[in-house]
Amino acid sequence: MKRSHKARLTLTTLLAVSSLALADVRVGVIVSATGPAASLGIPERNTVALLPQTIGGQKIIYTILDDASDTTTAVTNARKLIQENKVDLIIGTTTTPASLAMIDVAAESKTPMISLAASESIIKPVDARRSWVFKTPQTDALMAAAIVAHMQQNKVKTVGYIGFNDAYGEGWLAELQKNAAAKGIRVVATERYARTDTSVTGQVLKVLAARPDAVLIGASGVPAVLPQKTLKDRGFSGKIYQTHGVANADFLRVGGKDVEGAILPAGPVLVADQLPDSNPMKKVGLAYVNLYEAKYGQNSVSTFGAHMWDAGLLMQKAIPAALKKAKPGTAEFREALRDAIRGTRNIIGAHGIFNLSATDHLGLDARSRVMVQVVNNTWKLIK
Amino acid sequence: MNIFDPAIFPILTADGLTNGAVYALLSLALVLVFAVTRVIFVPQGEFVMFGTLTLASLQLGRVPGTLTLLLVLLAVSTVLNIVEALRRGDGRAAGIAAASGVALGAGVWALTTALAAAKAPLLVQVLLTLLLVVPLGPLLYRVVFQPLRNASVLVLLIASVALHLVLMGIGLIFFGPEGSRTPAFAEGNTALGGVTLSNQSLLVILVSAVLMLALYYFFDRTLTGKALRATAVNRMGARLVGIRPTAAGSLAFTVAALIGALSGLLIGPSIAVSYDTGFLIGLKGFVGAIIGGLVSYPVAALGALLVGLIESYASFSLSQWKEVIVFTLILPVLLWRSLSSKHHDEEDE
Repeated sequence: MKRSHKARLTLTTLLAVSSLALADVRVGVIVSATGPAASLGIPERNTVALLPQTIGGQKIIYTILDDASDTTTAVTNARKLIQENKVDLIIGTTTTPASLAMIDVAAESKTPMISLAASESIIKPVDARRSWVFKTPQTDALMAAAIVAHMQQNKVKTVGYIGFNDAYGEGWLAELQKNAAAKGIRVVATERYARTDTSVTGQVLKVLAARPDAVLIGASGVPAVLPQKTLKDRGFSGKIYQTHGVANADFLRVGGKDVEGAILPAGPVLVADQLPDSNPMKKVGLAYVNLYEAKYGQNSVSTFGAHMWDAGLLMQKAIPAALKKAKPGTAEFREALRDAIRGTRNIIGAHGIFNLSATDHLGLDARSRVMVQVVNNTWKLIK
Repeated sequence: MNIFDPAIFPILTADGLTNGAVYALLSLALVLVFAVTRVIFVPQGEFVMFGTLTLASLQLGRVPGTLTLLLVLLAVSTVLNIVEALRRGDGRAAGIAAASGVALGAGVWALTTALAAAKAPLLVQVLLTLLLVVPLGPLLYRVVFQPLRNASVLVLLIASVALHLVLMGIGLIFFGPEGSRTPAFAEGNTALGGVTLSNQSLLVILVSAVLMLALYYFFDRTLTGKALRATAVNRMGARLVGIRPTAAGSLAFTVAALIGALSGLLIGPSIAVSYDTGFLIGLKGFVGAIIGGLVSYPVAALGALLVGLIESYASFSLSQWKEVIVFTLILPVLLWRSLSSKHHDEEDE
């Protein structure tokens, strides 16, 4: 009786000691696996399963939470991860509004955070609050500039706009107007619609009445098919541009013949197999695509999951460097991790080459985008 | 360009009528369900979603998740029926309930798996879709609302909202985050007095009109329809003359599910329906139903057509304010209703 008691005590002590010695690195992940942003959040969540389980000899413990595309839930989840799970790093979340709201939580607790949302305002300007926040997706500013450059090359003088009546559509409209004005292209019509609308005939008639050379559809995912279909049904023959928000297989599946010819900017991972061998992103992109499709099936990959993959690459580079300075689970470790992410140089991701600095917490340049066109129901790189 | 331009106005009107026809069908279903069971049926739009997405999965040669939902609901309702029969001490009824539940489930399962794999022709798939979605109506009534049949309107509304959220979540699990489109039943265009309309939208208007006439005939001429109307007017009185309120409720939900599924099949070719599409479409039908005071079928249908037309005109002239305009429409109607109608306690039976 006594002996077993002693044995138990020894065992408990041993366990306690070992858990101290093996302080694992804890990574909290927040994505929008349900709600309106689910088509982005689900591939992001799926990608977490492909990230390494050990980095620099330390075990990595991932905790994945769903924010249901809701800002309040995202903030609650971030607090929970920091207070209960004691995470050293937060990756997420999928949407811009929720990511913006999480900045304060990250800054208060001094926990580095890598957002997977598009908007530039998440990381700019790098002030005291944003000094803990990074992101991996290209900004809409970067993508809009590519679209306007393509319009200019193709002698587009006037452009019409149909976009979502939410932050996504408004953000794109603002970037389009800014970039178009700089290149002397006139925006002649601006129309909005809701992602659940059953018809956009009114908006399309209004756009056609302004006789634009091209139309940009500021929408994401499958709901972006409707304006393009209606434009074609009403006999529009100019160029139709889409945003990188449509770059998934579902858009092609649902759009079929109706989205043929659409031109859009995208991360190079979308057409990784078509990139020239000299392109450094080809190898990383293909590796990710093969890994993802091996686990989730053919043609299941989308560019959104690759943002998570890139966040994973930043993390894999930064954690070993931070481990040299401090133990996981401490404030020193989190600060070292922040500094290490900030010091990232020439990391080749699926979406581009990351060169971060104290003033640039994205670190992507024009190499992070390519123009593609829908040809024969597949994405084709425009050379 | 002016909204009344002869090149634009007829197109907008036709477009508004096409959408309005679908909203009108949904508003009729909402009025029917509310009149008979006092349930404000928020998940009406989910039947639309299940209709389109079930057909879309069949098109891909997959067994739609709807089958799983149907079988689970069938199992739960069979158990409820057996328990109820045993409590009455009626062993034979319990046996019949068990046997029919198992037989129905097995039959639907065998039919669906066989037809899904065989990629049957479109018409067969449409019928199979109806076979899978329509029974969801009475089964949901049996499992969720029949046990609550004596609850207040507020409790029924809460259950209804909860059911809406559950069905939407189930839709996400079954059909994924992105929407699907179904093939068009009618290709091409028809020129009508200088306006070119797609055959699909003509079909939508036509089918909706036929369905509304059928409903009119059903309520006005058939005994079952009259029984439903009697239950709507006075539940207690209907019971006294031998109309079972649960049977009436079950029938109302069946018709609602049928209307929802048909609406889903009608709009499926023109837009991509995703797991969360149903709610807004249902809500616009609800605005129509509110205009009809949740009691009048013709006013509800006209109200829904009005919603469709206003939506279409607003999307041309002020697209960024469109939703605001459509849903603000409900305010003057509510104001007028609350001023003109005499208040009475509807819990009073």
